[in-house]
Amino acid sequence: MSFVQDLSSSPDSAALIDFSPEASSLAIRGLSLAYGDKPALRDLTLRIPRHRVTAFIGPSGCGKSTLLRVFNRLHDLNDEVVRTGEVRLEGEEIHGPAVAVAELRRRVGMVFQAPNPFPMSIHDNVAFGLRLQGGLSKRKQDDIIEWALRSAALWDEVKDRLRASAWSLSGGQQQRLVIARTLAVGPEVLLLDEPASALDPISTLKIEELIRNLKTHLTLVLVTHNMQQAARVSDYTAFLQDGELVEYGPTDTLFTNPRLRRTENYITGRMA
Amino acid sequence: MRLAKRSRARLPRGEGAGAWLAAGSVALSLLALLALLSLLAIRGLGHFWPASIALVALDDGRQLAGEQVREVPLPDGTGRERLYRIGNRDLDGTRWAWVPVSAIAAVSHPPELMVLERHRWGEAIGRLVAVESETGERLEGQAARAALENRMTELASLRQARDTLRDEVVLPRVQALQEGVDVERQLATANARLRELQAAMQAGHLTLETASGERWQVPLDQILRVRYPNAMSPLDKLVVWGEGVWRFLSEGPRAANTAGGVWPAIFGTVLMVMLMSILVTPFGVLAAIYLNEVAHQGRLTRLVRIAVRNLAGVPSIVYGVFGLGVFVYGIGGSLDEWFFDAALPSPTFGTGGLLWASLTLALLTLPVVIVATEEGLARIPDQQREGALALGATRLEMLTRVVLPMATPAMLTGVILAVARAAGEVAPLMLVGVAKLAPQVPVDGDFPFLHLERKFMHLGYHIFDAAFHGGDVQAAMPLVYATALLLVLVILVLNLTAIFLRHHLSTRHGALSRR
Repeated sequence: MSFVQDLSSSPDSAALIDFSPEASSLAIRGLSLAYGDKPALRDLTLRIPRHRVTAFIGPSGCGKSTLLRVFNRLHDLNDEVVRTGEVRLEGEEIHGPAVAVAELRRRVGMVFQAPNPFPMSIHDNVAFGLRLQGGLSKRKQDDIIEWALRSAALWDEVKDRLRASAWSLSGGQQQRLVIARTLAVGPEVLLLDEPASALDPISTLKIEELIRNLKTHLTLVLVTHNMQQAARVSDYTAFLQDGELVEYGPTDTLFTNPRLRRTENYITGRMA
Repeated sequence: MRLAKRSRARLPRGEGAGAWLAAGSVALSLLALLALLSLLAIRGLGHFWPASIALVALDDGRQLAGEQVREVPLPDGTGRERLYRIGNRDLDGTRWAWVPVSAIAAVSHPPELMVLERHRWGEAIGRLVAVESETGERLEGQAARAALENRMTELASLRQARDTLRDEVVLPRVQALQEGVDVERQLATANARLRELQAAMQAGHLTLETASGERWQVPLDQILRVRYPNAMSPLDKLVVWGEGVWRFLSEGPRAANTAGGVWPAIFGTVLMVMLMSILVTPFGVLAAIYLNEVAHQGRLTRLVRIAVRNLAGVPSIVYGVFGLGVFVYGIGGSLDEWFFDAALPSPTFGTGGLLWASLTLALLTLPVVIVATEEGLARIPDQQREGALALGATRLEMLTRVVLPMATPAMLTGVILAVARAAGEVAPLMLVGVAKLAPQVPVDGDFPFLHLERKFMHLGYHIFDAAFHGGDVQAAMPLVYATALLLVLVILVLNLTAIFLRHHLSTRHGALSRR
C-alpha cells in the first residue's frame, strides 16, 4: 500500500498510520476548538482515507461528535465556538471564503443519533435535498429517489407506500430513510453520529451492513460508543480523549495490539 | 388526532378524600357551565315562543289580556302576584301589569285574542272588531280576518317593491347626479313612483277592542305581523318560534335596541375578529420566530420574553386608551389631515372605526400569539433543524420548509386563544369604534367594499346597551339573554373553525401533535 505510511516505529506520534494527500478525503491539521473558554478539541492532526470507514471512539465528552460537526460546519450556528487550525476536503479548506456552506453540506452529509425524518411523506423526505437544489425534472427526481432508497436498502420495504408519513416507519427504517435522504443529494463524505445507538440489534445489523456497502463509493466517518461496532465495520479507528487524539491506526491493530496503556484501558473497559 | 392510550399512575378511585375532591371540582365546574348555558338558552330562546294570551277577570269587574311572565310572592308575604305583559303601550303608558293572585276571579284563553307586532310601541293585544279600507269599506267578523290577511300579504309585496326601487333605481341615480350626470328626470319619475307606493301602503286601518273594552284604530302599515296565539297548535307555534329566531338573527334592531334582531352586531363581531386575526397572526408569528430562532439567547432576549408575557396581563381598557390616543387621535388624525381634508372638520379616520378597533384588539392579543408560537417552536427538536441544515438548506429554507410547518398547529392554537379573548372584549371597543347603532354595515357594494373607517356594532356592546340603556329593561332582558347566548355561540363557531383548521393541518403533516 503505497498510499499508506506506517508510523508505528515513531513513538512520539499519536498516529500509527498516515495517508498520502492523494488517498485522503479529509485532512485536519492543528485543529483546536473551544465552546467559549471551554476547550473541546486540542490541536488535532489526522487524515481520513477516501472510500474507507473511519471510526472515532472515546469516552463521552471526548470531542468526537464535536469533530464530526466541524466537517460539515454545523458549528457555524453556534457563535460561542472558537476554532483554529485547518480542515481540507479534497485539498480545499472548508472554512475558506469561497466555500458555500450549503454546497459543502451537500458534499458532506450527516446522519444523526436519533432518526430525524421530517414530518412529510417518505417520498418528500428523500426529495427534500433535491428540491432545495432545484432544476431537476420530476422524472429525474423520482429516479434519484428510487436509487437512494435502494442504496439505503429501504426500497423494497417502502416502494408501495411512498406517500405514507415518514413517521409511520419503525426506528430502524427511519434511520435508513435518513441515510437515503442524505445519499440523494450525492455526498462524497457521510458522517454518522452514533447512527445505531437508538435502534434494536436487528436494525443495528442492517445499518452496519449498509455502512460496509456504502464505502465502495463514499468516505464514511463513524462516531460510536460501541466498541464491537467500531471493530465490526471500520477500517481505521481513532481514539480520542479530552479533546486530544490519543491513538489512530488500522482497526485490527488498535483493537488487538494498542500501543498506549490509555487506549488499552478504554477498549478493554477498565476505564469508567 | 388519535387519542393515545396512556397508562399513567392515577389516584386510586374511591379511596381517600383527594380523589373525591378533585372529581367534585370537575363536576362543579361542569355544572356551573351547564347552568350558565341553560339559563341563557331558556331565557333567551323562550322569548321567541308565542305564549298563550290570558284573559284575566278581576274581582272588581275589570279585565285585562296579556302573557303571563312570572309569579312572585308579595313583598309583605300575604300572597302572590303575577306579572302580565299586556302590550298596548301607547294606550296605557306601560306594557306590564302586576296583579295580586287573590284579586283574580277567572282566567280564560279565548281563541279570538289577537297579538299585533308593530313598527313602533311594541305589540298590541285585543279583539279584532273591523277592518276598514281606504274607500271606507268596512268588514267585520270572519271577513275582517280574511281581509287583514290579504292586506298583510299585499303590504309585504309593496314594501319589497319600495325597497327594490330605492336600492336599485333611486340610490344609483342620486350617486350619478353627484357625479354630474344629468338624470334628474329619471330621478323625479322614480321618486314619484316611490310616493305612490308609500301612499298605497298608508291606506286603511283596523279597529281593535282591548280587554277593558276600549276601541282603538291601528293604521295597517304600522303592523308587521298578526297572530292569534290561543288558536295556534303547538306545530304552528314552533313555526312562529323558528321565524322569530330567524328574524332575530337576520334583521337589524328596532326601537332603540329593545326589539328586532342583531344581524349587524353578529356581522360586526365576526368581521372585527377576522380582521384582528389577519393583523395579529403575521406580527405574532414573526416576533416569535425572531425571539426563538434568530435572537441571541442572552439576558436581553429573556427580558423581552418576560415583558411580552406580562403584556398579556394588562387590563384591556388600558389597550383601549392606548388605541384611542395613538390610533384614533394620532394616526387617524394625521391621515385625515393628509388625505381627507375635504371632509374636515368631520373626521374620517380620526374617530373610532373598524380598523382601529381591530388594531387595538390585535395589540391586545399579540402576546397570546407570540407565547403560543414560541412554545411550539421550542418543542421542535433541534435534530429537525440540524437535519435540514445538513442537507444543504439555508436557515430561511430550514425555517419555511421544516420548522414553520411543524409549528403551524401551535400558531393556530395561539390564534384560537386570541380569537376567544378578542371576541369577548367590550371595554376597549367602547373607546375605539363600537357603535350603539350603526346604520350601515362596514361591507357593502360601494368601492372599496370594506369600509375600515366605519363604526360597527358588536354583540358584547349590544348586550350592555340593551340591558342598561333601553327605556324598558323588562322588555330588553330576554333579548339580552338571547344576545349573550349568541355571543357564546359565535365565539364557539370561530374557535371550532380554527380547531378544525389546526386538526386538518396537523394530520397533513403527520402525527405532529403527539410529539
